[in-house]
Amino acid sequence: MTTAPDTTEPARPFSPPQRPLLDVEHLTMRFGGLVAVDDVSFAAAPGDITAIIGPNGAGKTTVFNCLTGFYRPSVGRLALRGNGREYLLERMECHDIARAGMARTFQSIRLFPRMSAFENLVVAQHNKLMRASGYTVFGLLGTRSYAEAEAGAVELARYWLEKIGLVDRADDDAGNLAYGQQRRLEIARAMCTEPLLLCLDEPAAGLNPRESAELEELLLFVRERHDVGILLIEHDMSVVMKISDRIVVLDHGRKIADGTPAAVRGAPAVIRAYLGEADGADTDTHTRADTRRDAGMGA
Amino acid sequence: MLGTFEYFVDQAINGITLGAIYGLIAIGYTLVYGIVGMINFAHGEIFMIGAFVSIIAFLTLGFLGLTWVPLALLLVLVATMLLTAVYGWALERFAYRPLRRSPRLAALITAIGMSIFLQNYVQLLQGARNKPLQQVIGGGFEIMREGDYVVTLSYLQIFILLLTVVLMAVFTLVIGRTALGREQRACEQDRDMASLLGVNVDRTISLTFVMGAVLASVAGLVFLLNYGVIDFYIGFLAGIKAFTAAVLGGIGSVPGAMLGGLLIGLIEALWSGYFTVEYKDVAAFSILVLVLIFRPTGLLGTPDVEKV
Repeated sequence: MTTAPDTTEPARPFSPPQRPLLDVEHLTMRFGGLVAVDDVSFAAAPGDITAIIGPNGAGKTTVFNCLTGFYRPSVGRLALRGNGREYLLERMECHDIARAGMARTFQSIRLFPRMSAFENLVVAQHNKLMRASGYTVFGLLGTRSYAEAEAGAVELARYWLEKIGLVDRADDDAGNLAYGQQRRLEIARAMCTEPLLLCLDEPAAGLNPRESAELEELLLFVRERHDVGILLIEHDMSVVMKISDRIVVLDHGRKIADGTPAAVRGAPAVIRAYLGEADGADTDTHTRADTRRDAGMGA
Repeated sequence: MLGTFEYFVDQAINGITLGAIYGLIAIGYTLVYGIVGMINFAHGEIFMIGAFVSIIAFLTLGFLGLTWVPLALLLVLVATMLLTAVYGWALERFAYRPLRRSPRLAALITAIGMSIFLQNYVQLLQGARNKPLQQVIGGGFEIMREGDYVVTLSYLQIFILLLTVVLMAVFTLVIGRTALGREQRACEQDRDMASLLGVNVDRTISLTFVMGAVLASVAGLVFLLNYGVIDFYIGFLAGIKAFTAAVLGGIGSVPGAMLGGLLIGLIEALWSGYFTVEYKDVAAFSILVLVLIFRPTGLLGTPDVEKV
């Protein structure tokens, strides 16, 4: 592994805690000659919302795909820490990464459309159920330990259905729910895996302002009440600026900024990446962010 | 006699027995199609291997002097389920899993290749001649009589129907109610997403093949008991018929596979009873063609077959 110099442009006022939840070090992902992610390093603290932003094609989703085991990184080390253990994600299979405590949602909704909302939440808890059911045998025999595990799974599913306001739609097929409901159900399903880190790929995409506000509320609730870190890819800058503790900015596969929302918002490199040229750093960047969103840059 | 109700009942009983065999095999096709989206054309051969394991187990038990029928049946049933399951597992592990990410055509051609391979494997090891087995379950009781035409329901037929019903109930329960079944349905709808929720997709697929093989092995045992003679080639036609049954019922749907099996069995038996035996296959396949024209997703299939 090479130790390339840190190319981050702005100063980093943010100092991560001693043992970050997630450590991404020198992550590089090449597809043939194309370098989709180029030597990116960042850390995510437990209990923080860390946003990854950047123009289209910046490599944000590729980072997620590396983290969740869809891609095997060309170079880099990805460490997830929790439950007193350290997992090196770049060496693990998808399902083992998920079991280690990584949960993810997609840009396009990927619920199991022909399962009920309730079942979608139960299927996410299958690991403890499989163990308790002695790989199905005891489950069929209906032993007590299995009945208890199942009751626990049902309870957790109920809890999340209530949180996302879908109790009365529990038995409907997930595919028949409204768009905003599906988005929230996806996050609830990810939470049912009881993760350490929740990776959300554009959860606000396609939501109307009210649904967007509900989503923000849900994310803040998750961070506050459940001991989980959140990694967020999002184009909706109003959401990002409001709820993130820290922002990592990517452009053309490289990290160009990393820091608190206030610091990132004013960074010249970020403005250049979004608008194509560097103009005065004294412009009101909040307005800029809104302009960018309204101009459809996040579409 | 041909026009009597008793004759009809007699043929229907035969048809239901036959349908049980087709249904058991068809579930394997439908489960595998559901989860990996391929037609496992070697599945008929798994059924044939189930029949061979059964006959070898029966002869071994006979050689050892175990002749108490219920115990012998139980032992043979367990033996054929276990050994055939190993074949089903190995088939997936070594022939299909390496091709998991290849185009579907590659898997399909491999399936046909495995079918030919397994046929020849059994032919080589067991010889090409018919293997007869003397009657294991005899007798029955009379349920109807018309003059000197007697309709009997044999104990064998009762055994077959009970076994089939119990197995189908158990598997419906596994798929519908257990964590394993939920994993299978999740993999069926979105394999990548399932793995992101911690589902071990490869193991789930393996278990699906094992489940299919277990059901096919029971079908093999039942076939052996019912017809008393097997050879290395029985998997071909039975496999095609069961595949037809799965498509007729709606491929991917487990109740559909059962219904399709039953219908194909009934059509065959009734056609043989009332028309000509030679054309029974033509009748069965004609029904398939008609169903596919008017209901391409099969009788119980979901119209939405879009795969993400």
